[in-house]
Amino acid sequence: MAQVVTINAVTRIEGHARIRIRLDDSGTVDDARVEITALRGFEQFVVGRPAEEIPRIVSRICGICPWMHHLAAARAIDGCFGVEPPRAGRLLRELCLVLAHIPDKILHFFFLAAPDFVLGADCDYRVRNVIGLARQEPELAARVARMRRLGQDMLARLGGKAVHPVAGVVGGFSRPLGRDERRELLVDAARLLDFGLFALDFARERVLDQCAAADQPGQVTTGFLGTVDEQGCLRLASGRLRLMRPDGTVREFAAEDYGHHLRELSEPWSLAKTVYAESWGEGFSLDPIAPRGVYRVNTLARLNVCDCIGTPRAQAELQEFRARFGRPAQATLLHHWARLIELVYASERVAELLADDRILDRDVRTPAVPRAGRGVGHVEAPRGTLIHDYETDGRGCITRANLIVGTTHNVAAMNLSVRDAASRLICHGACDETILNRIEMALRAYDP
Amino acid sequence: MKPTFSCEWLHSCAGCEMSLIDLGEALLPLLERMEIVHFPLLMDNKYTHWAGEGGEPELPAADLGLVSGGVANEEQVAVLRALRRSCQTLIALGTCATHGGIPALANEQPQTVIRAAVFADCGPVPLQTPSCLERVYAVDELVQPDLCLPGCPPRPEAIEAAIIAVLDGELPAMFGKSVCETCPTRREGRAATRIARRFLENADGEPNEELAQMRCLLEQGFLCMGPMTAGGCGGSGAPLCVRVRMPCRGCYGPVRPGGNPLLDMMNGLAGQGVDRRSVVDRRSLLRFCGAHVLIRPTPRSR
Repeated sequence: MAQVVTINAVTRIEGHARIRIRLDDSGTVDDARVEITALRGFEQFVVGRPAEEIPRIVSRICGICPWMHHLAAARAIDGCFGVEPPRAGRLLRELCLVLAHIPDKILHFFFLAAPDFVLGADCDYRVRNVIGLARQEPELAARVARMRRLGQDMLARLGGKAVHPVAGVVGGFSRPLGRDERRELLVDAARLLDFGLFALDFARERVLDQCAAADQPGQVTTGFLGTVDEQGCLRLASGRLRLMRPDGTVREFAAEDYGHHLRELSEPWSLAKTVYAESWGEGFSLDPIAPRGVYRVNTLARLNVCDCIGTPRAQAELQEFRARFGRPAQATLLHHWARLIELVYASERVAELLADDRILDRDVRTPAVPRAGRGVGHVEAPRGTLIHDYETDGRGCITRANLIVGTTHNVAAMNLSVRDAASRLICHGACDETILNRIEMALRAYDP
Repeated sequence: MKPTFSCEWLHSCAGCEMSLIDLGEALLPLLERMEIVHFPLLMDNKYTHWAGEGGEPELPAADLGLVSGGVANEEQVAVLRALRRSCQTLIALGTCATHGGIPALANEQPQTVIRAAVFADCGPVPLQTPSCLERVYAVDELVQPDLCLPGCPPRPEAIEAAIIAVLDGELPAMFGKSVCETCPTRREGRAATRIARRFLENADGEPNEELAQMRCLLEQGFLCMGPMTAGGCGGSGAPLCVRVRMPCRGCYGPVRPGGNPLLDMMNGLAGQGVDRRSVVDRRSLLRFCGAHVLIRPTPRSR
């Protein structure tokens, strides 16, 4: 008899989701879906608010990546009001954005994902978590927790609060960086870089071979979206969007033009929208054999679309990664590997930004005057390309908002990955706790 | 046997959980004192016998439970009730749980209107999803928590102290002071302007000097919710937003139990001779405390 297997809730992810797998009469997977079960309605309830308040409101979309929402919104409101922040304001924003990637990546890799690899996907669920990891590897766990806290502390020094920051303002930043503060941050940045390199070495030894396995569950062939600078180098803060087809050909566009390339639609089972690449002209389909219009964002996507990385150690890692897995690399669990390469990049970039004396300039904010306008702000969040799009009226209050967050771009691919994992792992209707966890691992790689 | 610990999140952003994890190295010994039985962010306990449609989920019994987020759909109600049933002591963690938080700004409109508007440009509203309540509730409107710990997010050390107090058989005392009472900025006792300035330029004063040298942001004319807002965000130091020269927006909720920050603030401004019409979007003064029917649908949106 036909049967439905439900994983409720998906755990060790950063939000609310469940997985529903439908089996046919013979116990073969017929369909599988990721259901996002919460909607807060930010796009609607920001309407009418004074636009300069938006960065402090939309940060609450995500407590894990509040900086990304905060700064994407600040950039968008710059556009609405037609102000360009001074250079130091832009540098401080980029510093915070890139720095905020570091505790996020530490959290995802070590606290959420690593238990599956270091303790094993089949380990008892009561042990297969960060506490189990800490019991087995107390020194590692202590260092991980300390370094994550260090990153958060640095953010708090720069932006008042690490979680739900306030210093990104329309026109720039709320105050300049002092020379003494900079000196301390540089010392701490060096510690983060040491740790980033250590993390990648640790993972290479203990985890990444499992992510490279050729026949892993969750396989899907898609295009990719990420952000690059004029030279094609990886960017996390602003830049040009680059959309890559599954065959590796790319097209670039400005964030303002996202509506010409990407299209949002709703599926009856999920409160997250689905986005597809409309400009490919092939429509949208979640057919597991021949999906259409499906692309991915997040760490693997960013490494696939960029030509190079502008910092030396991360660039060396990218070359090694590319030599081994090609471009674009498609294996879903490679997100973890790419995540650690980005951890190294972020650490190097933080040090580079702090070393730039121009970041100490006293002029950090261009005063703004409310006006009618449209602004699109975009950054690369840990979970992928983040787009904030607002329009204001003559009083400078929001009249329309559209937000596409990282995980939303990945909804289509996550559905395909979960279906692939379920099809590979469930035979004749038999599935146990370990199989269900392996299916979740295909989703967890996207860090949703 | 170790005390058991359960943690849930409802209509929230995970910021409260981040704050707990921000304890850093201190997190590990804290968690070692307990046995975690349920914590979707960090471990793999599932809701037993609950696919999500109707019925009631079951959660393992716990000596202490934390719940973050307000409540906005039927499933969150079911999870919250299951958590209350299963926990000896339950702490409502963070301003969403205690006052609705930012998501309760949605209470200016019925939830059905919000859903319809969000999906207006991209297809039908998804119907095979948890049905929404008519508004966003705070936790204490539906179950009785043993302690409310506001903050967006609460300080890591405050969460740690609350957990340790419960493990030691106590409930921690609340802070009781307002943000202003913990703010070192210089006050002259009168507002510098008759209109509320929007935060379109940085605060006056030398930004790298001691905060005590800077004039109070409210007196500079910026809307600062410090007088109405529960303090403690900066621990024994200055309020966190003020440290980076930003005015308070009220993220710990009202300092006066049951207070209405909109009314209190407007009265306070009037007392200073500030023109109330210069405050753009007065409703935003309730942005962290829209549950408890403080924010209601306007007649227009009903």
